[in-house]
Amino acid sequence: MSIHSPPEDWFEAPSGAERVWIGIAMIWCLVMFIAMPYWYFFGKQNSTGEAYRVTPAAFSARVNTFVESHKVGEVKGMPIAEPAPGGDAYLLARMWQWYPVLKLRKGQTYRIHISSTDLQHGFSLQPLNMNFQILPGYDHVLTITPTSAGEFSIVCNEFCGIGHHLMTGQILVEEQAP
Amino acid sequence: MTTITADGVLPARTPAGNHLAGAVRSCETTGLPLCAVSSRFVRWHAVAAVVFLLIGGIGAILLALTRWPAVHLLNPPWYYRVLTLHGLNMLIFWILNFEVAILYFVGTTLLNSRLYSAALAWAGFLLMIAGAIIVDIAILSGTSDVLMTSYVPLLAHPAFYLGIILVAVGCLLGVINFFGTLYIAKRDGTYEGSVPLVVFGATAAAIIAVVTLLHGAAAMIPAFLWSVGLMDGVDPSWYRSTWWGLGHMSQQVNVCAMVSVWYLIGTLSVGSKPLSETVCRGAFLLYILFINVASAHHLLTDPGVGAAWKIWNTSYAMYLAVLASMVHGFTVPASIEVAMRGKGFRRGLFGWLTAAPWKNPAFSGFFLSLVIFGFGGGITGVVLGTQQINIMAHNTLRIPGHFHVTVVGGTTLAFMALTYYLVPLVFRREFPARVLCRLQPWIFGIGITLFAIGMSFAGSYGVPRRHWDVEFSGALFATGFDSGAHVMLGLMGIGGVIAATGLFLYIALVVAAVFFGRSNAGAGMEPWHTERSGGEVARPGDEDEHHTPGTLVLTGIFLLSFVVYYFANWKWLSDVWHVR
Repeated sequence: MSIHSPPEDWFEAPSGAERVWIGIAMIWCLVMFIAMPYWYFFGKQNSTGEAYRVTPAAFSARVNTFVESHKVGEVKGMPIAEPAPGGDAYLLARMWQWYPVLKLRKGQTYRIHISSTDLQHGFSLQPLNMNFQILPGYDHVLTITPTSAGEFSIVCNEFCGIGHHLMTGQILVEEQAP
Repeated sequence: MTTITADGVLPARTPAGNHLAGAVRSCETTGLPLCAVSSRFVRWHAVAAVVFLLIGGIGAILLALTRWPAVHLLNPPWYYRVLTLHGLNMLIFWILNFEVAILYFVGTTLLNSRLYSAALAWAGFLLMIAGAIIVDIAILSGTSDVLMTSYVPLLAHPAFYLGIILVAVGCLLGVINFFGTLYIAKRDGTYEGSVPLVVFGATAAAIIAVVTLLHGAAAMIPAFLWSVGLMDGVDPSWYRSTWWGLGHMSQQVNVCAMVSVWYLIGTLSVGSKPLSETVCRGAFLLYILFINVASAHHLLTDPGVGAAWKIWNTSYAMYLAVLASMVHGFTVPASIEVAMRGKGFRRGLFGWLTAAPWKNPAFSGFFLSLVIFGFGGGITGVVLGTQQINIMAHNTLRIPGHFHVTVVGGTTLAFMALTYYLVPLVFRREFPARVLCRLQPWIFGIGITLFAIGMSFAGSYGVPRRHWDVEFSGALFATGFDSGAHVMLGLMGIGGVIAATGLFLYIALVVAAVFFGRSNAGAGMEPWHTERSGGEVARPGDEDEHHTPGTLVLTGIFLLSFVVYYFANWKWLSDVWHVR
């Protein structure tokens, strides 16, 4: 009985169907465990958490420098910046916008630095549904290679105050190499 | 009476308890000793729990009706405010109060002991209530719209943090009282040998609760000091990892308590016993050892924590805690199967299951909880907690879709099920409207399952959690989601309304029973289920502990669903942009 003290000699190795099930479950647990290091080395989608300490003011300055030197246009009053393939891009999360709009090329790799100057934010790229946490004080570096072209939305999926649901941004990906 | 005394499976207890004269009564139904002092606090905590469940439930229906796009009920400030209220009242105040009640109940009744200290119990209870009231006032006054996690540098009113600290301290006193009870029971020799399995599971929950509550204090005290200006700031990354030491580990307290309740109801309803005490206890031990790394689940796409740390910790050190849940997922139904086959119900693979006491809402609630937790919560939990797959899940509706089938469809439903014994046995009141009692677990269970399916798949389309407007109307860059996401959000809304109906029905039935129910004092509890005389005569070998073919099939289906969903998610992941 589960509600009474067990007999003195309750310690025994599992047997029968129970033993079979424990064995199967252990193997499955090991498969699932090995899958993660495997994907780290051989998979193409990983969150390595690469990040550097940065003050909000310093990060703002980097974003502004990046936008000034890489601006290629404007949409709805928001600058569009195009980083060099293989180069660095900066994206600022703040209540309640993603600044600036980034223009990338399909198949090229970029180091995108993202940080916040106020609260925590959630970088959520749609409709791909790729999500990363953005913290103030941390420059989160995502080494990204777009594998599809088109217009992608960034929405915020970490609560950041009353205008949270208005916080959207854009990433434009062009098909051909420049 | 339930099947227990009918079968005479409860042997007389030999050792004498340590109760003071007149402070114990023998349960007319089960013969178990009920400590009068402990029973009082079980009742107080249970009543408080149900009150907080009501507050959280009102929040739940408002939220469901807001995120159902066709209704979109609340305005933004009230949506985020009610979301804060709902999370804390459900996940902290309802659950913790019920868990303290369970600790007091199993610690005294199953060990035939008195409660360690009434003064400590009062202090714990009053702190928990005072803290909860302070938090609720802080939220409703509009000064603390920070959601349950209160991620810094979002700033709440100092009373918000203070209230949570008070609740944590009060709960800690309750846990200490439980450990004190274990101590005096051992010292006074109120039981022989090892503690019963249910007490062992409750002890595992209590140990994890201590670690959990200490993490809560470590996160909340600096946040409080910062809110009153005594600290310059709190590092957001440090806060997240520490807060989730509270936030996720408390879910392991819930799992432990829920599994203990499964074993308890299994025994009370069909007289089941564990197949192997060693295996069941070993599984609880795995929870204690490997659960403390769970905060990683919330940091899988965070900056500043590396891949190796994420992989090791999210897997609970190679999934050893998942192994524990898979073990319980087998032994719990298997123990029911063995017990039912032992009664002669052994036709086919599932004769034991169809003949189970389904008219007993405690049993149906428990079995639904087992199925919903395993198939819904367990599978989604492991998949979402896979380091890389989390990229497609972090902060989307997939996350609440997962935990509404663990802590709601699993833990809350199991606690509701236990109430169908708790009220007749401890409050000594009979439930009225027994047809409605029998329906309640089904309404709640089916509702929450539909709700979570809708939520989870809306999340797969990318719909964020904690978000007022999936249409983004008024945003600079217009965006939105696939029409499939809207269908899923509709399903979520409908499921939410059904689940809320089941929840309010539960509260109405409990209130009706506790305040207006017929007293059964002196007579014992009226049985929920009259066992139909076994289809066949029991034969030698029916009680063979290893003959559980039905359970093997059920767990086989479970594993197959698990494997399919797991690899499907890797496939989806391989289709998105490359990222490191």
